Amino acid sequence: MKYIVAVIQPDRLDEVLDRLTENEVHLVTVTNVIGRGRQRGIAEVYRSHVEAGSLLRKVKLEIAVNDAFVVPAIEAIRKGASSGQIGDGKIFVLNLEECVRIRTGEKGSTAIG
Amino acid sequence: MKSCRVIVLAGLLVTVWARVGMGSEAPASSPLTIDTGDTAWVLASAALVLLMTPGLAFFYGGLVRRKNVLSILMQCMIVICLVTLQWVLIGYSLAFAPDLGGGILGSLEWAGLKGVGLDPSPAYASTVPHQAFMIFQAMFAIITPALIIGAFAERMRFAPFCIFSVLWATFVYDPVCHWVWGTGGFLGQMGALDFAGGTVVHINAGAAALAAAIFLGKRKGYPDGISPPHSLPFAVLGAGLLWFGWFGFNAGSALGANGAAAGAFVTTHTATATAGLAWLLLDWIKYGRPTALGMITGAVAGLVAITPAAGFVTPMGAIGVGLGSGIVCWLSVTFAKTKLGYDDSLDAFGVHGVGGIWGALATGVWASSAIGGTDGLLYGNPIQLWVQLKAVAITLVYAFIVTYVLLLFVNMISELRVSEGDERIGLDLTQHSEVGYTVID
Repeated sequence: MKYIVAVIQPDRLDEVLDRLTENEVHLVTVTNVIGRGRQRGIAEVYRSHVEAGSLLRKVKLEIAVNDAFVVPAIEAIRKGASSGQIGDGKIFVLNLEECVRIRTGEKGSTAIG
Repeated sequence: MKSCRVIVLAGLLVTVWARVGMGSEAPASSPLTIDTGDTAWVLASAALVLLMTPGLAFFYGGLVRRKNVLSILMQCMIVICLVTLQWVLIGYSLAFAPDLGGGILGSLEWAGLKGVGLDPSPAYASTVPHQAFMIFQAMFAIITPALIIGAFAERMRFAPFCIFSVLWATFVYDPVCHWVWGTGGFLGQMGALDFAGGTVVHINAGAAALAAAIFLGKRKGYPDGISPPHSLPFAVLGAGLLWFGWFGFNAGSALGANGAAAGAFVTTHTATATAGLAWLLLDWIKYGRPTALGMITGAVAGLVAITPAAGFVTPMGAIGVGLGSGIVCWLSVTFAKTKLGYDDSLDAFGVHGVGGIWGALATGVWASSAIGGTDGLLYGNPIQLWVQLKAVAITLVYAFIVTYVLLLFVNMISELRVSEGDERIGLDLTQHSEVGYTVID
């Protein structure tokens, strides 16, 4: 089992979700986040007070998958999120120790579903 | 049964109250007649000026951090309650009742609105009911202490804030209002021009704001650790409401549905548009982007500056007043504040104080007796500028010193500043046990 964390551009979210559905990855949690990459943010100015390099809005996806779905999930995110521009985002893959389905108490691979 | 008894008791109380109230009604006949058009306009204007205070609440509320939004809205709104009562009980009398001597303060003859009835007053706005004039003026008395909130936003405790606001209305607003607009007031006698309250409202509040910002000290983390405004759309909405309500403030100050009102309406609008554009261009030139906050701040600076001049300048003069205001206020917020290092959080002094001073002086420059009042510098009467300068200086010094003393006094009976921990958590939770926005439904 792996835990996939991806940070993408907000406007690519629908596309990524469509590609994930195509590859039969359904479980996903999405959050609004702010962050920055190597390019850093864009300065903001409020009544002549400059806030240098403030953070930009991104969307974070968290996906738990069984091993067979790791590659399809990564492929789907890449396909959906890629615009060829700087700042398309990153995908991180972590080992997942355990998964429990709250309703039934099932554990491990069957619980991911 | 119980609720029945409560209703009967409440009814009795209302009856008694009405009887008592009747005793204080105006003396019988007055030779002055009420003009319906004037009365309609003054009452509508009073409502417009009231709307400026919630407008200000949103203008200020949008500029603070999320954790303090309610504290700002609440401070603005409670001022309406507090100062309304102060005004009908003693404030109106101190400001407008017959002079005690020397043009310094009104007497308490009209306390509790005694003798302030439904017939016109010979002294003020003689074509509208005296109470219409009184309630119009009440709205000015309300918004002025509310303007000061911008200086100490995000760090003042609620109870001492309330005490301070009532004391300030009594010891600073009412006297200065009397000096300029009260019968026999010494600044009015001196010939100082103030059409709608540049001195009384804006310089007065601005000087108080500076005193408060200095007395309370900076917010923790100022300047770099303070997050940007949490809702600029609120600020834009608030500025829009201010702009709208200001027509009551300035055109309403003609105290009649007449040419002077139309003239003041046009100059107000023209100066505001000019100043909004001026600030926007300055931001655009210096920072490479036209900012929304800059545009609306400029507009408010224009509204402030045209206030004393509205009934005395031509539309072309209004462009001069507005342009100067946009530039001068931008300079003060951009350079002076950072140089001097005080934390006037929402630029109450930078916009209302500086814009008010500019407006009062600009009135002495662009005023034309063909429009109303006296000629200014550009119409061959340089002495008017000197008179304006004296009025500005007297108001600044008085408001600053008395505000500082009042803050010292209130701080002795109830500490003004929130604790460091409360400041970090935010005033909404620590002062009001509420939050402006939920995070989880």
